Amino acid sequence: MSSVHPFPLQPRVPFGKYLLKWSALLFSSLILLYIVSIIYLTGYFVLAFITLVIYCLTLYVYLHKPLTAYRYLLPGLIGISVFVIFPLVHTINMGLTNFSSSNLLDYQRAKQYFLDERYISSDNQLAFTLHKHSDGYQLKLSGEDKVYTSPPISLGGPQQITLREQDENSSFTLGDEIPMGQIIKLRESIKQLNLTLPSGQQLGMQGLRRFAMSSPLYKVFEGETLINTQTNAILTPNFDTGFFEDENKKRLTPGFKVSIGLDNYYRIFGSADFQEPFIKIFLWTVVFSALTVLFTLVIGVLLAVLLNWDALRFRTLYRTLLFLPYAVPGFISILVFKGLFNENFGEINLILNSLFGISPGWFSDPTLAKVMLVLVNTWLGYPYIMILCTGLLKSISGEIYEATAIEGCSPLRNFWSITLPLIIKPLSPLLVASFAFNFNNFVLISLLTGGRPDFLDSQVPAGTTDILVTYTYRIAFEDSGQNFGLAAAISTIIFVMVAIMSVINLRMARVNESGRKP
Amino acid sequence: MAIVTGKRNLLSHLAAHAGILIFLALVLFPFFMIISISLRPGNFAVGSLIPPEISFEHWKLALGISYEDAHGNLINPPFPVLTWLWNSVKIATITAFLILALSTTSAYAFARMKFRFKGAVLNSILLLQMFPAALTLIAIFSIFDTLGEYIPWLGVDTHGGLILSYLGGIALHVWTIKGYFESIPVDIEEAASVDGANTFQTFLYVLLPMAVPILMVVFVLAFIGTLIEYPVASILLHQEDNLTLAVGSKLFLYEQNYLWGDFAAAAVLSGLPITAVFLLAQKWIVSGLTVGGSKG
Repeated sequence: MSSVHPFPLQPRVPFGKYLLKWSALLFSSLILLYIVSIIYLTGYFVLAFITLVIYCLTLYVYLHKPLTAYRYLLPGLIGISVFVIFPLVHTINMGLTNFSSSNLLDYQRAKQYFLDERYISSDNQLAFTLHKHSDGYQLKLSGEDKVYTSPPISLGGPQQITLREQDENSSFTLGDEIPMGQIIKLRESIKQLNLTLPSGQQLGMQGLRRFAMSSPLYKVFEGETLINTQTNAILTPNFDTGFFEDENKKRLTPGFKVSIGLDNYYRIFGSADFQEPFIKIFLWTVVFSALTVLFTLVIGVLLAVLLNWDALRFRTLYRTLLFLPYAVPGFISILVFKGLFNENFGEINLILNSLFGISPGWFSDPTLAKVMLVLVNTWLGYPYIMILCTGLLKSISGEIYEATAIEGCSPLRNFWSITLPLIIKPLSPLLVASFAFNFNNFVLISLLTGGRPDFLDSQVPAGTTDILVTYTYRIAFEDSGQNFGLAAAISTIIFVMVAIMSVINLRMARVNESGRKP
Repeated sequence: MAIVTGKRNLLSHLAAHAGILIFLALVLFPFFMIISISLRPGNFAVGSLIPPEISFEHWKLALGISYEDAHGNLINPPFPVLTWLWNSVKIATITAFLILALSTTSAYAFARMKFRFKGAVLNSILLLQMFPAALTLIAIFSIFDTLGEYIPWLGVDTHGGLILSYLGGIALHVWTIKGYFESIPVDIEEAASVDGANTFQTFLYVLLPMAVPILMVVFVLAFIGTLIEYPVASILLHQEDNLTLAVGSKLFLYEQNYLWGDFAAAAVLSGLPITAVFLLAQKWIVSGLTVGGSKG
């Protein structure tokens, strides 16, 4: 290192403070480099790189005087980058891989999984007894002439334990021996123990009374191939499918994560059995959002106009009560509706049954389920439009209405010819935002119907009331295959749609702004 | 404003009131029902909508108190509702403080400083707000799953991880605070800097005390926003004692274990305070509505 200081010394800063600053800097850098190297060694190169970049950026911004503004911005920008931008990029990235429950690990970890697998032979058997200890249990293994004991262990999960040889002459004390009945109960956790003798030999549980020598099941053969030490089968990693395969192309689990290019997209758009539910779900998403916007608009505008009538009494009270559906937390009101609409025990069917003798299947009939969703969503959403319109109506000058009153216009004519044309323009970008919000209304769908009733003939779980975003959720978290890659690909398609809606929204807002200026 | 004659006036008044009242009856029906159900004995609908006898069994369970039913069996609370409420309030309070800190400093830079890419950064954070967290649940899950391997208290099923995941949602708050900062005249800060205060001191001791009202508003907004957040919490939290109210409430209504009455009491208990805060903050929430989307 050169002795020249990278930053000019500042004469006004006292030496103690100066020392403190640089030692703190050095300390934090060392900690960070340690963390980055750990992350790097475990195989997450991208993550390690991002952490390093963020740290360097932080250092640069806080040590570089001309960047004062960024000192204030950086914490917020890091928050947005890490928890908004990074998940977006990560999702797009995952959409290009085969990431799923069968291909969860990356290649190095999958390889290590095979190399860690052991088999237990019948060689070198040692009888064992398990003893109570104040910190859990203690194992005692006895061979022909030697006795070994383990340190106190707490059972549960795979563990590496090194045994100590005990001199037969010296006395050592062990707790009470655990009876066989309990050993049978504990056998699954004992099986996960991997013991090492002082000689370096490794042992695994062979039976209820014995441990025996264990050896690795796979060894590195040539290059990236592995060999099974028992059968001599050779495993070759296939980077197109993401699995280790034997000579007969038989796949071994676990597989590993590989890039599969646009295969997920081919599957969404190309395969017929997948395309059909996807298109149905897409159409329902659009219909659901459009109907919600339409109904909330009609009810919201109507109420706002009514409540804008100065002569009407109790206006404030009405407005507060009508606002209530918006003030109650969504997760509560949606669940309240779920209970009220319940086919067998719900109060709505109770009323319908006593009045008309009918008991509609709100959750089992696809059409009724859709009607219910739009009804509930209109209930949830109209106060938003109502409040927006109330604000817009206040900005319309009263003189216009006085003029039309002199002309003898009816209130209805007033509404269609003056009120509506004046508010619809500033309202339109907000309606697009509302459409976009309902397009991704995850909370309503997942709490009320969960996407059900399901299509009967689809490969992955897909429901008649699923919208795109709940569909991806179900593919990723509810299906046994947990196909994260496929779900991420669909999410990417949603990103594109949301981006288009955002652009439309911005355009409309900009037109309004330029229109307002004289 | 419309000038109308007397008779028509009275008729239209009556029609308007009748219309609004009928609509209100429909809209408020779920609220009346849920209160009635919470006071009704048992978990299944009986013949009438108004309970023939009042029972506080569901309220006892919601408050974590066991009770004895008619046959002398002790009924224990099915779910730790108060623990969930406490989790929700704890997470929302910490998150709101952190979001406030992050958005105040960012808003200060946007309102008072000149730097390159200012407009671009400002617009892009607003644009990013259009992509809700519900779209990136898989990525968020995978990020915190990985993070938990290195820092266990920030992994999946930890409150630390959940709080961290909420820290990206500051765009709207930045805009709100920035607007308020810009309405405060810059003269006072200039005077302070002439007296020798550096930027951080002017920010902390001069500007912030003048902006306390908007800081309180943003705190309340962030608090409510976190309290009612469902999608991210539902994938990051799993253990029953760890859940927030938003995630836990749905457990009451599983078809196999349908606890309608117990849910009703828990819903009123937890919904009332949140609704009250929301109504009090209504004025500012409404002014914030026009900036972006709507609430979840």
